[in-house]
Amino acid sequence: MSSLENIQAAAAVHPKVEQQRQRAALLRKRGFYLALLGVALVAPLAVYPVFLMKLLCFALFACAFNLLLGFAGLLSFGHAAFLASGGYVTGYLLSQYSGLSTELGILAGTTASGLLGLGFGLLAIRRQGIYFAMITLALAQLVFFMFVQAPFTGGENGLQGVPRGHLFGLFDLSSNLAMYYFVLAVFVFGFAVIQRTIHSPYGQVLKAIRDNEPRAISLGYNVDAHKLLAFVISATLTGLAGATKTVVFQLASLTDAHWHMSGEVILMTLLGGVGTVLGPLVGAGVVVTLQSYLSNGPLGDWVHVILGVIFVLCVLLFRAGIVGWLQKLISRNFK
Amino acid sequence: MAPEFVLETRGLTKEFRGFTAVDSVDLRVQQGHIHALIGPNGAGKTTVFNLLTKFLTPTRGEILYFGKPITAMKSNEIARLGLVRSFQISAVFGHMSVRDNVRVALQRQQGNSFHFWKSARCLDELNERADQLLAEVDLLGFADTLTIELPYGRKRALELATTLALDPKVLLLDEPTQGMGHEDVDMVVGLVRRAAVGRTVVMVEHNLSVVSRLCDRITVLARGAILAEGDYAAMSAHPQVREAYLGSEAAALEEAHA
Repeated sequence: MSSLENIQAAAAVHPKVEQQRQRAALLRKRGFYLALLGVALVAPLAVYPVFLMKLLCFALFACAFNLLLGFAGLLSFGHAAFLASGGYVTGYLLSQYSGLSTELGILAGTTASGLLGLGFGLLAIRRQGIYFAMITLALAQLVFFMFVQAPFTGGENGLQGVPRGHLFGLFDLSSNLAMYYFVLAVFVFGFAVIQRTIHSPYGQVLKAIRDNEPRAISLGYNVDAHKLLAFVISATLTGLAGATKTVVFQLASLTDAHWHMSGEVILMTLLGGVGTVLGPLVGAGVVVTLQSYLSNGPLGDWVHVILGVIFVLCVLLFRAGIVGWLQKLISRNFK
Repeated sequence: MAPEFVLETRGLTKEFRGFTAVDSVDLRVQQGHIHALIGPNGAGKTTVFNLLTKFLTPTRGEILYFGKPITAMKSNEIARLGLVRSFQISAVFGHMSVRDNVRVALQRQQGNSFHFWKSARCLDELNERADQLLAEVDLLGFADTLTIELPYGRKRALELATTLALDPKVLLLDEPTQGMGHEDVDMVVGLVRRAAVGRTVVMVEHNLSVVSRLCDRITVLARGAILAEGDYAAMSAHPQVREAYLGSEAAALEEAHA
């Protein structure tokens, strides 16, 4: 009680201090993001660009997933469907219509995933917890088998040899460096959309719903409609990640639609720290890096086992994930 | 002509698998009253609240709000009409600041709750009103505190401020003094009295001294049905009420000593 009164007294005496503190925190945050962007801009000098692009695509996927799990409290087990739909639609269009500029292909794939997300959401959003997860899983399996059977998807082989094409019909994306900067721009755009969503009037209501759903209802909010919007935004950005990934690898494959992929994104998000801004980025980085390096080494067959062990350790020891744990450490020691 | 009752139920009934929790209750609440709903544990008071706000669907019966039926409406639509409830357990948004709790209620009238492309800074224009509401419940000094860190009594005060932010016509308070010490009870009594100016309040309350100090009219529920209705003096003299209330309390007391 006494510490609370100290807070009260401090706030009452210095109303400006709190404002200044917030402004300083905001500046520090901006500086940090700019530094990250700087690193990303020079990264292809040191690291293989295709690896970086893969990382960015999965990071966007995980960030989109985290918007739903961390900020709306909804655990979807069917996000592979959105990743794959974005990829397949974009891949199909770019293969069939050679004059189509790349960004329009990606836009079409992204839109398709958003619409699919709307459909999934309308069916699943009224259910809670495990039932919500099961419905999304079931629907995603339907989509998976559709991609296996449908005539335009190439069945087991997927769509191969998708042309990267020209951005805006002008810039050739066949060089990995040009492609990398385009992917980076896509990621920054997606990341910015998520950041804005979290810090928007809508984001406030979403946070309230996550904290106490009955109370949000009693304040007059249509909770289901707000959750549905979060689901559609998440599906759309997942589609964007999938579409971009297809252009990078010139390939849309069944791997993206498989339920393993839905599980992998949960792993990335939890490992990095659910509900944190940078957690999914770090989680995607760890998983993608391990997969790439381990699968080329002598431990190639053990990738899944090693990831599983890491996951178990993470759940047992760092429940808040890597970033969540670091945040706690920092706030405990530097305040 | 304005309807006589702000809130009225006709034959309101809720059955759970053969067990009747609320049995054809005809509740009538007059404009401007503080109306108490009392009764022993398990009498169905909270269930009535849940039915009024559609957190539960009635098995039978009708609910009228300013003379118009609202029985078929959804919870959030009822709240938008100005019939706003509180909860037995203090219902606050723990991971938001105290000011943001009130702001999220004020925000509804702005109509931007789906605007995900705007900056949350457009909510800053609500700060002044939010701080006003916080000052009314003596929480202004805590405006930037994370809500989860507030003591229990303060959380209830915040819940009231959040509810008042909606400027409801009818306030449904579910045991506002539950689990509180004497000081906090006095605080809440003062808050409810101020909040009731120009409004109608229906409250479930166990603390009879609170009821006697605040309420204009009392409905006594027992086993899901209305046992008696009247002002405090009439109710405290009512033999059946004394039996139902004191009987069960005496039994509870004996159990506690056993």
